[in-house]
Amino acid sequence: MRDARSGIGPLDCVRSEYITTRIAAQALDFDADLHLGAKRAALLDRVSQLAVVAAREAVAQSGLSSDGPALRSAAAIVGVGVGGLVTLDNAFYRMYGERNRRAHPLTIPKLMCNAAASHVSMDLGTHGITYVIASACASGTHAIGAAAQLVRSGAVTVALTGGAEACVTPGTLLGWEALRVLARDTCRPFSSDRSGLVLGEGAGMLVLEDWEHAVARGAPILGEVLGFGASADAGDLTSPDVNGAAAAMRLALDDAGLAADRVGYINAHGTGTLLNDQVESAAIQAVFGSGTLPPVSSSKGVLGHALGAAGALEAVVTIMALKEQVVPPTANCDNPDHTLGIDMIPGDARAVQFDTALSNSFAFGGLNAVIALGCA
Amino acid sequence: MSTADQVMTIIAKQLKRDPSSVTLDLDLQEAGFESLDVIETVFEIEDQWDIDINFNANTASMEQFRTVADVVRLVDEAIAAKGAV
Repeated sequence: MRDARSGIGPLDCVRSEYITTRIAAQALDFDADLHLGAKRAALLDRVSQLAVVAAREAVAQSGLSSDGPALRSAAAIVGVGVGGLVTLDNAFYRMYGERNRRAHPLTIPKLMCNAAASHVSMDLGTHGITYVIASACASGTHAIGAAAQLVRSGAVTVALTGGAEACVTPGTLLGWEALRVLARDTCRPFSSDRSGLVLGEGAGMLVLEDWEHAVARGAPILGEVLGFGASADAGDLTSPDVNGAAAAMRLALDDAGLAADRVGYINAHGTGTLLNDQVESAAIQAVFGSGTLPPVSSSKGVLGHALGAAGALEAVVTIMALKEQVVPPTANCDNPDHTLGIDMIPGDARAVQFDTALSNSFAFGGLNAVIALGCA
Repeated sequence: MSTADQVMTIIAKQLKRDPSSVTLDLDLQEAGFESLDVIETVFEIEDQWDIDINFNANTASMEQFRTVADVVRLVDEAIAAKGAV
């Protein structure tokens, strides 16, 4: 991320003869059998496999005891844009393509969109409130926000939260092609030679924990969720809206009790479409004023657009930016579009001193979610 | 039916209005076309003529879709391009 090394590469997908797209940001070296064992891995769609492995890594890093009460009573709130698309695509191909009238008995349990959260709870032994949040490309951010509210309210001490998506299937890509928003070459957010977004996949999971509980047990605290803001455009189904995006940012700042000038960095939604570039830039200017804009970068030139996982992956990027005191650049922004009026960090990563950042997510359906994050 | 008549029929269907009220100089945005209407219309046209319309939502090509006559011209060009292959 710091070096802007893009994870976008040649597409590796079954039945790719049905689609014209030739690029994606895939987790090609992810070996579910290695992590879960072949027998267990076969029970899970790829989206759940990714969520479980990310949740395991997060819990291991948190140092929470695997049989302690904090983890046992934890919530598991996972953002998923669509659900078990690999299972769904394969099942439909078997039925309509291969004219096979027999469906695999695990088809439904694997594709149901709550499966990712269920498998996280089953794998980690958490018994608290557990569900999936589906808000398309904002799912991961909505999930983290909702989980943070649960912890802050005292309803739970610990919440496992984040997002997951495994959407690189021929059926999904065909649908995205029909929207005419996929990039020809690569994802170039805020660059005047942009040509659209690139689909990605993956999972990002966090352990949110009551501050005092975490301090008391000497947890390695990476950062703090300071606030959460969410809004609905109540307008167009697919076109983003300046007012809705700005409202979510303002709500996140208000929730955190922060003045706008405290924000040192914004991790943008930054899909690489012309419309998002224009609307998000205008919304940032509306919130921060043109004189004191914090630097803004998009992670999607590196990660692609992993839909329901995107907000969670970008929250991880933002927390690490705070921890390392480095703001990552916007990868592939070779020709910065200066008409946008933002500092999109087109070149190298920058070492800066800052203690507060925003991470933006704006979804189809006009659903906006923003989290304010701070240094530990 | 001419290309223009067929395009007007498709656009009338998309706008849910009487085909006789759709004229070549109709401004699509003024008539209520939104971003998804454009994409759906391109899809219908490509399906009907088995052609590819060069339309990408990331470029400022909404201008290509200002009036009904603009759409007819795009279809004629795509049909000609297909014939040339």
